[in-house]
Amino acid sequence: MGKAKVDIIKSRFVPLNMENVDTDQIIPARFLKATTRDGFGKNLFRDWRYENDDEAKPKADFVLNNKNFTGSILVAAKNFGCGSSREHAAWAIDDYGFRAVVSSFFADIFKNNALNNGLLPVTVSEDFLQKIFEQGNEATLTINLTEQKITIDTTGESESFEINSYKKTCMLNGYDDIDYLLSSKEDILAFETTH
Amino acid sequence: MSKTLFEKIWEKHIVKTIEDGPSVLYIDTHFIHEVTSPQAFNGLNKRGIKVFRPKQTVATADHNVPTLNQHLPIKEELSRMQVDALIKNCAEHGVELYGLGHPFQGIVHVIGPELGITQPGMTIVCGDSHTSTHGAFGAIAFGIGTSEVEMVLATQCLLQTKPKLMRINVDGELNKGVVSKDIVLYILSKISASGATGYAVEFAGSAIRSLSMEARMTICNMSIEMGGRCGLIAPDEITFNYIKGREFAPKGAEWESKLAGWKQLHTDSDAAFDKEYYFDAADIQPMITYGTNPGMGIGITENIPTTETINDTDRSGLSKSLAYMGLHQGEAIKGHKVDYVFIGSCTNSRIEDLRMVASFVKGKHKADDVEVWIVPGSKQVEKQAKEEGIDKIFEAAGFMLRQPGCSACLGMNEDKIPAGKYCISTSNRNFEGRQGAGARTLLASPLTAAAAAITGVVTDVRELLN
Repeated sequence: MGKAKVDIIKSRFVPLNMENVDTDQIIPARFLKATTRDGFGKNLFRDWRYENDDEAKPKADFVLNNKNFTGSILVAAKNFGCGSSREHAAWAIDDYGFRAVVSSFFADIFKNNALNNGLLPVTVSEDFLQKIFEQGNEATLTINLTEQKITIDTTGESESFEINSYKKTCMLNGYDDIDYLLSSKEDILAFETTH
Repeated sequence: MSKTLFEKIWEKHIVKTIEDGPSVLYIDTHFIHEVTSPQAFNGLNKRGIKVFRPKQTVATADHNVPTLNQHLPIKEELSRMQVDALIKNCAEHGVELYGLGHPFQGIVHVIGPELGITQPGMTIVCGDSHTSTHGAFGAIAFGIGTSEVEMVLATQCLLQTKPKLMRINVDGELNKGVVSKDIVLYILSKISASGATGYAVEFAGSAIRSLSMEARMTICNMSIEMGGRCGLIAPDEITFNYIKGREFAPKGAEWESKLAGWKQLHTDSDAAFDKEYYFDAADIQPMITYGTNPGMGIGITENIPTTETINDTDRSGLSKSLAYMGLHQGEAIKGHKVDYVFIGSCTNSRIEDLRMVASFVKGKHKADDVEVWIVPGSKQVEKQAKEEGIDKIFEAAGFMLRQPGCSACLGMNEDKIPAGKYCISTSNRNFEGRQGAGARTLLASPLTAAAAAITGVVTDVRELLN
């Protein structure tokens, strides 16, 4: 089936300068009752976005409600996506319109979920992350997956980032793990007969 | 070559390895539940394929189910639709479902072990981060996302990269009033909520070895709260005795042959870990959290940290956390008012937890303005509690014994803590809004929770023990 291909993302960014952002904040459990993957974006960071769960009362101090900040890159402080394994967190970020998340540290399960949905997690150093947070709201970032490089366009500063080479190929080509696994059925059957 | 417990199990389950990439890891047992599986079944249906190994897949309904009147149709429409989707998907794909009304129904991480499905040396996954619980049996068990649930349903395999290896040693004897939940909250307070990210964590040492299976499960359950990919404990006689005779445990000759294999499952004496911690059990007192991640915990007699005294990891989030919690830097947590007590969740809802609470509260009564919910982990736990008369002790104490499910741990059903209220909870997460929008969670052991139920305030249970 495949996912959208990812290569170069150049965009302004939304800064969420908070550590330990857990998946209960990204998408609270009460919104996990759907049986499809669509429509989670409107509830992204629901309880940080609205007073008393009321869409008519956006919290002015939350960055998603600040019209000065926009773009397809979310930048967050360390240990982003900790907690529950809910893939709905990655779906919500993707559905909202983000194509990459930048942080100095990602929780394991979230990172896998993001990669499985064509949402690129970019791990940068703590120093580089702080430099991004210091930029104004007009600044743009360029993430080049082929070169594994992220650049702050306004200053020209850049840093390389790590990604598993297999996952990189999947992202660049829009491949799914499941396609690979289905193509490995003979190996799996052979494994089963000997175990 | 010397190997760790993790490596021994891992290597036995590698189907093949992609050059410079992940390995295809074979999964022995796949647990599913109603919340993280429907989209995975949709994916299979779109591809026109069936579940590859339905006999290695076990389903239950737990996250969304009401904990009162389970014999009636689920009132909340979306919850009902999700549970109905699970029933339909399991029927269409030939997967055994222990749904509402079934004597084996319960929280997925409670029923797997109690039915003897969880066994040493296995690879186990579930679309739920607390799958790490099953590692207490010496298994590699971890939580996965829904795309991965689909992969396992389709191929019984996952693409996985080998994590780094960590060992956490806890040696010595536990103090009076200190139980396994305190051990894990203590470790979390020392290494933080991200201290084990990227690692498989083996728990070892004399204090761990002395624990019962259910107490070990509490520790492995919360290894994900340290960020660990999984947590595991080498199986021993305590493990084997627990499994023997359970519903799906091996029997007769099969038992003997499995047992011989299980006895090989331990870390070799000179095997290497990427990181190792040592803790002394004697340093641990009853623990409680004050903040909004499970690493923000203190001993019950300690004061809430200040920006000066807190560890680096949690410093930047301290003010925001305390503002949410309505607590203040430097103040004592002991004596703080409690509104709700929740004893349940995949961390602490097993029969030993209920027995521990019952033996403490027998002859006592809850404080007037506290609401106490006891939610057993499974139908079997509920039945056992009733057979032992534990339900009567709870009733006399003014505690409400509800029906099995995840309940107020994550408030997906109607069991929510109101905004601004304090809940001392035996669950695993104190995140903002976890137990309901605006709810304030204090994580603690079943004993500490029971003590608060009696006094109405955060209490050092040791003062009430004989």
